[in-house]
Amino acid sequence: MSLTDYDLVIVGAGPAGLCAGIYAARAKMNVLILEKTAPGGQIIITDWIENYPGFPDGISGFDLGAKMLHQAKNLGVEIDTSEVLSMEISEERKLLHLKGRIISSKTVLIATGAYPRRLNIGEDKFIGKGVSFCATCDAPFFKGKKVVAVGGGDTAVQEAMYLTKFAEKVYLVHRRDELRAAKILRERAFKNDKIEFVWDSVVSGMSGFFNVENVRIKNVKTGKEKTIQADGCFIWIGIIPNTSFLGDFLELDKSGAIVTDSNMATSVPGIFAAGDVRATPLRQVATAVSDGAIAVMSAEHFIENTSA
Amino acid sequence: MSEAIIEINDDSFEMEVLNSEKPVMVDFWAPWCGPCRAIGPIVEELEKAYGDKVKFVKVNVDDNPVTPSKYGIRAIPTMIFFKNGESVKDITGMVAKTKLEDTIKSLL
Repeated sequence: MSLTDYDLVIVGAGPAGLCAGIYAARAKMNVLILEKTAPGGQIIITDWIENYPGFPDGISGFDLGAKMLHQAKNLGVEIDTSEVLSMEISEERKLLHLKGRIISSKTVLIATGAYPRRLNIGEDKFIGKGVSFCATCDAPFFKGKKVVAVGGGDTAVQEAMYLTKFAEKVYLVHRRDELRAAKILRERAFKNDKIEFVWDSVVSGMSGFFNVENVRIKNVKTGKEKTIQADGCFIWIGIIPNTSFLGDFLELDKSGAIVTDSNMATSVPGIFAAGDVRATPLRQVATAVSDGAIAVMSAEHFIENTSA
Repeated sequence: MSEAIIEINDDSFEMEVLNSEKPVMVDFWAPWCGPCRAIGPIVEELEKAYGDKVKFVKVNVDDNPVTPSKYGIRAIPTMIFFKNGESVKDITGMVAKTKLEDTIKSLL
């Protein structure tokens, strides 16, 4: 069977994967990026990014993702809209099983990012009918309405403020009495009259005929519950690494993130990880692109050392 | 944008979608929605592959409030699949191409 043999296959076209693609192309590696949906990663849904260097006035997540993609394409990086169903490791080759074909590569970079954590209180049936993880997609549907936003980190606070451009009121529900978000975001949020903070609380349920109509809030300290009339519930309580397709041959940490050394090497020689999918103290665009660049250097060294 | 994916509106929805002989995939989107724009190229890839058997149309929800409201849409991107004038499936969010492709195949 003849398989296309790449030097490096990158799984995922978010910032980590796209940056790795750029570096690999410039190193004249035979590289392929596999992306099962649209390139850009999680930043596509972000309204505004102010902390990625090079953009003095900030930039929308979509535009930043589009620029990275453009750059990769200018360098001739091949991007295939395909999903990796499983992987197979042999001594010399890594095999990626796609629908209807198999791809072979000397090295693989896992840059599959992460997806939004769920509340797991039965909210799935309301997704698209009041429950959302994307303010830039869905905020306009809640013009003049009341919505709940759950979370206390940068994303929750930033996106809650975006919601106030449309919603009449945003209840920001956080399970502790202090936000985790960056101080500058906290300050802005506290000054925003449309945000009402609901501290020490979690969302314990929601109800409605077709769409969300009411959201139940529970105070974790007192145990008391109350019902808020709200037409939407935006959930920003963290992210979970996309590693389920890998099976169990890579070492993962307790949160399911891929464990790597400082060279992005995983527990399997020739397989590297970059970006939100790996165990890292900080998940940002700035750290993802750094991971991607280092991973390519490591992949190059691996190929040199094993091709003798 | 591909010419083959027709931009339709509230007025032409009945004629283009409900009265269509071929199954239809309707892409509800808006210019301010990042994922909607990002998923555009994937919809174009699907149109190239299945355009002879399935009709692909887009509805800008900003300009056309009637149709999204009629189908209970409160989030975008939402793809609704129609066969013989009936909505048979809806998918919301920036999903994998294979998920959309499998649904298209099930309409054939």
